[in-house]
Amino acid sequence: MTTTAPQVAATREAFGPTLVRLAEAGHDIVVLEGDLSASTGGKKLAAAFPERWYTVGAAEANMVSMAAGLAAAGKTVFAASFAVFLPGHCFDQVRMSVAQPHLNVKLIASHAGVSVGEDGASAQAIEDLSLVTALPGFRVLVPADAVEAAQAIWAAGTTAGPFYVRLGRPKVPVIYDERYRFEVGRADRLRDGDDVTVIACGHLVGVAIAAADALAAKGISVRVLNMSTLVPLDDEAILAAARETGAIVTAEEHLVQGGLGAAVARTLALAHPTPMEQVGVRDRYGESGRWDQVMERFGFTAAGVERAVRAVLQRKAAR
Amino acid sequence: MTSVADKTDLLALTKRIRRHIVEMTAAAQSGHPGGSLSAVEILTALYFGGVLNYDAARPDWPHRDRFVLSKGHATPLMYAVLAEAGYFSTELLATFRKLDSPLQGHTVRGRPPGVEMSAGALGMGLSFCIGQALAARLDGRDWRCYCLLGDGELNEGQNWEAAMSAAHFGLDRITVIVDRNHFQNDGPEAEILRLGDVTDKFRSFGWHAVPVDDGHDLDQVLAAFAETAEVRDRPQVIVAETVKGRGVSFMEANPAAWHGKGPSPEQLAQALAEIGA
Repeated sequence: MTTTAPQVAATREAFGPTLVRLAEAGHDIVVLEGDLSASTGGKKLAAAFPERWYTVGAAEANMVSMAAGLAAAGKTVFAASFAVFLPGHCFDQVRMSVAQPHLNVKLIASHAGVSVGEDGASAQAIEDLSLVTALPGFRVLVPADAVEAAQAIWAAGTTAGPFYVRLGRPKVPVIYDERYRFEVGRADRLRDGDDVTVIACGHLVGVAIAAADALAAKGISVRVLNMSTLVPLDDEAILAAARETGAIVTAEEHLVQGGLGAAVARTLALAHPTPMEQVGVRDRYGESGRWDQVMERFGFTAAGVERAVRAVLQRKAAR
Repeated sequence: MTSVADKTDLLALTKRIRRHIVEMTAAAQSGHPGGSLSAVEILTALYFGGVLNYDAARPDWPHRDRFVLSKGHATPLMYAVLAEAGYFSTELLATFRKLDSPLQGHTVRGRPPGVEMSAGALGMGLSFCIGQALAARLDGRDWRCYCLLGDGELNEGQNWEAAMSAAHFGLDRITVIVDRNHFQNDGPEAEILRLGDVTDKFRSFGWHAVPVDDGHDLDQVLAAFAETAEVRDRPQVIVAETVKGRGVSFMEANPAAWHGKGPSPEQLAQALAEIGA
């Protein structure tokens, strides 16, 4: 008998292979890279389709407006870098060259969040979702694992209009198998439960599942929603969770303002005010360390989510 | 198709376009007359001197040459030229900057037809042209990209990222025209951020650079376009020395004051008299 270790993969690992599949399927894609193509994984396309792949140097502003020019001429354009640089280095180009004219550009932002680890604060994007969710017409995807990331990138590449896809650096547990079907704008219910709902995105989805399973053993029934699309938000799933479980925890590798938690809070406040807690970064920047240690420092662990669940359950009980 | 007017017609066009510019900014009581008037001959040569290949009846014609106004505040000039080229009626010019008009304060892609790209945040047009030119090369098309940059606009670092990039990719179907009027919003370029020798700068980036001593002399501008058309394997820049507010004496005398405001009725009357018909 053999035992298999839990399968792990980084969400960024889905980028290169999905580009190759898109090109092989005949999609008229062009990929621009900002001198980080080995890290984003996009360079895989260069071997098979060299004419569709350009590295344009560490010049993100130029890269994004170039992407707009290619898109205006009919191409489906991917522009890839680290999330601190894209949109961090070029927000005005994203706004004026892509969002306002609503061009067919897909921003692939790798190495998002504090799980970058050793590179520290300058490399750890914790504000990117605030920026891109502020752009009219932009769809924003934060896949939870490599399987969902491949499908999210495919969806971005086969759906007209601007997209932002947030990917991560470290290898994390694979949640889904190939039967999973990602759909833009639809939350996926990974655990059912009645007492409380954890709504998570990205790396925090796997963490939320671990927390839910630990809490189940302690008699607390936790629903887990993977909210991998931040825009457009699945308000229906959020409001159903609010009505049916009466308490909400959001979890994201991002500042508590401007990202998933803020969006969920808005939906709840407008339609169904509900006790809510947030797991996220509060008024500070990241720091260096092994990625799992940094995640622990920020409370991005099953224990951290569990604390938030207990806090929101107290508020629910006090109502 | 290209539009080739004879020399007399071109001169008459420059006057009509100048009239439109001052009338539009007077009616809107806002807008940017100074940096529009400085580039009138440049765009007149481009659109009506047989340079740009376009069809006003088919703004989306895939084989058209692209003109990208990177200095997106020069909308009075852009719209006046597009109206004279037949993209829409000159009557529409009176709605410039008014609510529900397609003639927005700064350019918005496709609104009105003939506007290739949104601008108004400076420094993005050349990068957009690089993407366009790469797409044309990928598809085996031979259309060209023309891009008008302001000299004040060259403050923006993205232009120099793009200058490196266009040369790196050997994009010989990109022609940039720098409207070298020596003024920017806050005052003379020499005082705000000294630009130095623009021709030398582009040459050092690997471009073919054509200085034009008088960017208001149609013959010189047309000759520069003819020279750039022959260049292979590298992008070209025409650095055209111009006068901000050209054709209106009180604007020429105080260019910094006429970057972004419209003339009063009295000033409009004087401007129209000076421009002539």
